[in-house]
Formats: sequence, structure tokens, C-alpha cells
Amino acid sequence: MARFSDEMLSRAQELVSLYPDPRSATIPLCHLAQEQDGYVTNEAMEHIGELVGSSAAEVQGTASFYDMLKLEPVGRYVVGICTNIACMLRGAYEVLEDAEEVLGVPVGGTTEDGLFTLEEVECIAHCDRAPAAQVNYRYFGPLDRERFQDLVATLRNGDLDHEVPPHGTLIRVRRQAPPVVPMEEIDRERAEEGQ
Amino acid sequence: MIERIVGARLGYEDSETLERFLATGGDLGLRKAVLEMRPEEVAAEVTTANLLGRGGAGFEAGRKWSMLRKAPRRYLVINGDESEPATFKDHLLVERDPHQLVEGATIAAYAIGASLVVIYLRGEFALGLERVQQAINEAYARNALGRSIFGSSFSVDIVLQPGAGAYICGEETSLIESLEGKRGFPRIKPPYFPAVIGLYGEPTIVNNVETVSNLPWIVQKGGAAFKALGQGRSTGTRLFALSGQVKRPGPYEVEMTKITFRDLIYGDDYGQGLLPDRSLIAFIPGGVSAPWFFDEHLDIPLGQDEVAQAGSMLGSGSVIVMDDTSCPVRSAWRIARFFARESCGQCTPCREGGAWIDKIMRRIEEGEGREADLDLLLDLCDNISPGIKWPPAQTTICVLGPSIPPSVSAAINHFRDDFLVHIKEGRCPHA
Repeated sequence: MARFSDEMLSRAQELVSLYPDPRSATIPLCHLAQEQDGYVTNEAMEHIGELVGSSAAEVQGTASFYDMLKLEPVGRYVVGICTNIACMLRGAYEVLEDAEEVLGVPVGGTTEDGLFTLEEVECIAHCDRAPAAQVNYRYFGPLDRERFQDLVATLRNGDLDHEVPPHGTLIRVRRQAPPVVPMEEIDRERAEEGQ
Repeated sequence: MIERIVGARLGYEDSETLERFLATGGDLGLRKAVLEMRPEEVAAEVTTANLLGRGGAGFEAGRKWSMLRKAPRRYLVINGDESEPATFKDHLLVERDPHQLVEGATIAAYAIGASLVVIYLRGEFALGLERVQQAINEAYARNALGRSIFGSSFSVDIVLQPGAGAYICGEETSLIESLEGKRGFPRIKPPYFPAVIGLYGEPTIVNNVETVSNLPWIVQKGGAAFKALGQGRSTGTRLFALSGQVKRPGPYEVEMTKITFRDLIYGDDYGQGLLPDRSLIAFIPGGVSAPWFFDEHLDIPLGQDEVAQAGSMLGSGSVIVMDDTSCPVRSAWRIARFFARESCGQCTPCREGGAWIDKIMRRIEEGEGREADLDLLLDLCDNISPGIKWPPAQTTICVLGPSIPPSVSAAINHFRDDFLVHIKEGRCPHA
């Protein structure tokens, strides 16, 4: 389960093939691991290391730097309430308190049914719809208590499934293009053209 | 008539579709570039345009390109890691006009002879990532990307790279580290900027999303037409992101230098002023790294040099408005807390200083402060950025650390009484 499945492995190899240096695929593969398991497992980090030519420790060193890469299980929906200045000036901390009450968990917590993890996040670039939030990095706002309750209810009954895939699924559009031309080939072409 | 360049399609509901793109002049810039112009002619138009980088630093794009080390292999990286608080223009451009971004990136790749282009977008832009991938796919399908673009001798690939949540990766050397699969630690520079030693050690140009989104227009209409807009060094238009306590926050594309902050905040076409019975206490002219502005700065035009001469910066083009119901101590604390959270931790002044300032500001806001804290805060600011002046002195590898003092010192200098009320009454008077 935690190493890449056959289908995920072929997607992973495709991603690796896009870059002149396979290690550039480290972060995209961490996202892929999250798409498979909801978070980046130890086994996935080991597998990613094998695919990009790093050690599992190096992959973890990278993964642990980034807020979006979860090294522990999270809910199906990661709800990020922005409290940075533009949202704060329009009531974000009140929304955050409401969210804690509505979901019944403190910031950082996951609901017992495993559906929601609540986060307080930094600016998400949705400041003209402040106070704003993201669910699995899809935007919502402006929010107040009532709208937040509605959002949670809609997520619970599945009416937003099309717009908000489970946590970890980031880019649902696959690359459709010929293979990236290797840099050595481009170097050679350029040398011939005298560029 | 307000000239719109990067935001020309934003009035259309379907601005992100290929149909709308092609019906509104899409591809014309790229076709002209690869079929009728030599790369150096494209670069010359951008130099004539005096296009300033739209990411925050405002460096001339043409000059940046001219500094590229002449090596057989070179890279173009598009910086779409927009994370400066209250900045949301690139979010808009990637989601609502992804084809323009891909076209602009391809033009830039042609001008500098890039071997490969990577568009690095903020991981939190889930929809934007999907739309840009779609635009890339569609560009390959109509030969606007890939081998022999539009039948010319120019070939290039574009790869889309998602970030994973780290403000620091907007800093170009940190972005390159991230793109190499590492933690986003900024590199020491000078002497070697990315144009000399960048991605995989090869010369690399890093351009912002909005910067390259201007290129299709510049190629079509010419650099001189772009330069005819605006004034002095501030040419063309810019997408300003207005947020905070105004009636109508939003993105507004305006010709550089032609309107003032008063127009942007109060004008009928823009912010439409504050909520009823409220008054302005401060605004930030260019992202939270910038020193704050007050009433007396309202009539300064939205221009690079005009704002710099007044002691702040236009930065990322985000204007944040605070009215008299807001607490300046709380606002300054929230900004300091952001930098403390986002410090990469390499340099002591930023890592330790930021964390201290966050804690001290928080205790003042929560009514636990002491009078000596004000001097302590200024002393910490002075240790991060000696002299607490503008532009800031730097004791750190990158400018994240020196971005902490401006808001803290502005708040202490202009709202000292508010701080003292917090300390004396043991509570926030605005809570």
C-alpha cells in the first residue's frame, strides 16, 4: 500500500522523465504519494529515494520542510483557514474560532470520523474574498460562521466531491505531450546550428 | 480608456479557455516572435519597454536577460510561487489566463534561448495548476510548444512544477533549490546570481508570472508602445491587489504612475473607500515587507520610484488598508508572526530575532507586555537589520529577515500610544 502501486509507479516514472536531474521530481513524487495514501509514508519516501537517486533520509529532509507535505495521516479534507493580515482585518480569527467549534477540534486536530483536519494557514492569495479558506487547496470565501457550517455540511454529504477531491490529489489534469527532449540532444542540435 | 494588458481577458467568464484565448489575440505574439523576429530582437523590445520585474524587486527584465552567462545549456524558470501576504495577482493570472502565461513563457524562452522551461507554481494553487497543465497540453497539441514551434526552427519544452507550501521559495535561489528537490534554502549571492550559476549550476533566468504575461502584448505592439504608458522607470500597467478594510477589495490593473493611492483606495472604479464611519489609520503600499504609509502618503502616485522616494516600496503590488477599528499592534504582530513562521532557519538574526519579536509582540497584544518591550523590540529589529533604515541593511543570506523590522518599527513609531495603552491597561483596547 505505502510504496507506489503499479499505476502510481508508472506515473512516478513519467514525472521523473520530465527533468534533466531526477531529483527535481522529489516534490512532485511526494504529492503523488499523498494522492495514493493521503500522506507521505516512510515506505513512500524510501521508494521515492530509489526513483530519484536519493536516500530516504534526503527525501524526508526535503519533505519535512514543506507545509503541504504531511508526514502523519490527516483527514480526508484539510481545511486551512487563513489568518494572515488581509483576512485578519476582515474577521479571520473569529472564523477560526467558529471552525474549531463547528468541527469540534482545535487547530491541528482531526475529527474522530477522520473527515476533517483543521489548520490555521498563512496567506493563500485570496485576499479579495477575505476571510478566506482552502479545503484541500481549493478556495472558499468570504466566510462567516453560517457559510462555514454550510461548507462543512456540503462536504459531508458529498456535494462537493467533484470540486474537492480527497486530500493529496492535487493536479487532476495529466500532462499530455511528447516526451521532453533530453538536454544532451538539445546541446547537440545547438552545436550543429552553431548557436 | 484604461489600458489593459495582462488583465485584458479577465472580463470574460471563460477567460481560461483556449477558445477565448484564440478569439482575443492569443498566439499572435508568439507567432510574430518565432516567425518574424530574431531572439535578440525580442529581447531588444523588452529592453525598450523597460519592463520591470513584477515579482517584488522590480529589476528590469531586459537587463536581467542580458546578464545571462553564455553557455550552451540554459534554463528559464517562471516564478509563480506567489506567497507575499495580501498579494493575489499571480493567483488570478494563472487561474484566469493560463494560456497567456504559457505564451509569455515561450516567448521569453525564445528570447534567451532556453533549453527547457519550468513553470513553478505555488502548490496551494490547485485549480491554477490544473489550468496551466491544461494550457500546456493544448499548446503542444497546436504546435505552440514542443518541436519546431509554428513551423519555425525554435523548439522548447515546458514542465509544470508544483511547490509544496513554503513562502521562502518565492526567493529565486530558494526556488531553484526547491526545484532541485531540496529544502528551500536561499543561496548566498553575490557573487553568483542565477543568471551565472542557477538550476543544476547552469545559467538560469527566473521571471515572475506577471512579468512574462506582459510579453505577448509587448511583442505585438512593440516596446515603445509599452514604454509610452506610465512615466519614468515605471512603464506599462500593473495589477494591483487591493485588500483589507475597503468596500471593494480586488485586483485592479492600472497604468503605472497615473493614479494615486487615494484614487485606488477611494476611487469609484477601484476600492470605493472605507466602510461607513471609519477612518484610515495606515496602509501598506507593496506587500508586508514594505514600510507602512499613512494619510500624508495618499497622494503619491503608484510608481516604482515615487513610492521608493517616499521611503517604502511598490514591491509585489499589494495594497493593504487598515481602518480605525483595527489594532495596529495586532496587525504588526501578525506580520511579524508570518515571517517568524516562514524563516528557513539558516541565519541566526532572522530565525532567532523573528521568533523573539513574534513572542514579544504577542504578549503586548494580549496585555502581558512591559514598557521596556518597546526598546527591546527596536533593539532586536536593529540586530536583524542594522540602523532599521529603508532600504534595509542585511545581515542574512536573503531579504526575509530584513523584512521583519519595517512593520514593527512603523507600528512602534506611529502608534506608540496604542502600545502603551495595551501595556498599562493589560488588554487590547480594540478587542
